[in-house]
Amino acid sequence: MQQFLRQFNLFTMQHKFFVTIMTVTLFLFNFNSFAQHNEHENESGEKSLKEKIKEDIQHHLLDSHDFTFYTDSETGKSTGFSLPIILWDNGLQFFSSSKFHHGETVAENNGNYYKLYHNKIYKTDINGSIELDSHDHPTNAKPLDFSITKSVVMIIVTGVLMLLLFGGLAKSFRKGPIATGVGRFFEPIIIYIRDDIAKPNIGDPQYKKYMPYLLTIFFFVWFLNLFGLTPLGVNVTGNIAVTFALALLTFVITQVSGNKNYWKHIFWMPGVPWPMKIILAPIELLGVLIKPFALMIRLYANIMAGHVVLMSIIGLMFIFQNWIGSSLSFFLAFALSLLELLVAALQAYIFTMLSALYFGFAVEEHDHEEAH
Amino acid sequence: MEIPTIVGAGLIVIGAGLGIGRIGGSAMDAIARQPEASGKIQTAMLIAAALIEGIGFAALFAG
Repeated sequence: MQQFLRQFNLFTMQHKFFVTIMTVTLFLFNFNSFAQHNEHENESGEKSLKEKIKEDIQHHLLDSHDFTFYTDSETGKSTGFSLPIILWDNGLQFFSSSKFHHGETVAENNGNYYKLYHNKIYKTDINGSIELDSHDHPTNAKPLDFSITKSVVMIIVTGVLMLLLFGGLAKSFRKGPIATGVGRFFEPIIIYIRDDIAKPNIGDPQYKKYMPYLLTIFFFVWFLNLFGLTPLGVNVTGNIAVTFALALLTFVITQVSGNKNYWKHIFWMPGVPWPMKIILAPIELLGVLIKPFALMIRLYANIMAGHVVLMSIIGLMFIFQNWIGSSLSFFLAFALSLLELLVAALQAYIFTMLSALYFGFAVEEHDHEEAH
Repeated sequence: MEIPTIVGAGLIVIGAGLGIGRIGGSAMDAIARQPEASGKIQTAMLIAAALIEGIGFAALFAG
């Protein structure tokens, strides 16, 4: 009886397996032929799809003057909100970006006419004509742009979020020695930055001065990296202007806090023969500039490359339009998103770590005579 | 004959991959030899890998 049951079980299992395989194959075959049929129909439209994906990726990488969540490609209607435009053009010009209608129309304010061209604002006449030179660059006048763009909105949102989170965390220590709420998640990270990044790299008495900056830069970069992975479609840390400003802060703090030893090691390296000192001085001086430059490029390139690869793989879904290719690219995109989650934290960590390392170079004391 | 820039990008990726691979492998060896120092080794490994990566990206953008 038992043997029979086992055989029966085996049979049903095999049967189930076979049926599953058959169903899957049929489905794949069916949808494959369906997709091929579709593709055949819009053979002329296929190239435009690839170009559209490319355009979408390029559009995503740039900062924009309105916050669009979703655009219906058929009706052309987009959901989102417009942002304030602030220009300095013979006086302050202040108006809403809805006047541009996503770059389709000319905006008029106080008798001046402006037009969006590749997400940049140019001054034009009433017809909105943009004159291009031989390199396809517009020759129109460009007013100074202080607008609250999408990236600026996200920076402000992150700032407010951090103020609430960490202000609350600091306040919770007044009641007792244990953090409450979400602070329980962030407290170990703060302790980690203090004990494993600041203390070993900067040195024990001096590290306290740099803790606020290191904590701010870590959480700012980390939160903005994470916001970049949400469907909001923002790309703040993948914008070279933002990473430039962050690297500039590290550079300025390093130079300002540089002590006698730091400058001596740059201009007159101790412990090497004098012809070597002359050769080393320009190299070291160049290194001072290269360090923040590498910080800037690293964060920018990592985040930007991550976004481009992720969006390209998501775009593959629309190019394949069959069950095998699209599901493959779906899982690839999913795996890559997980990797990007790691990269988001890792890049914030590395930025903080290297900043701490540079501050450590600047404040290092050489009490004991040692050969370099 | 002009070499397409994509070839240069490939070369850069090969170089950076070799470099980061060596760092990762050596760090593995070091951790296996001295598991108690894994924290310090990991930190040093990440810094070295980040520096190589930075150069790799800089070259990719220049190319």
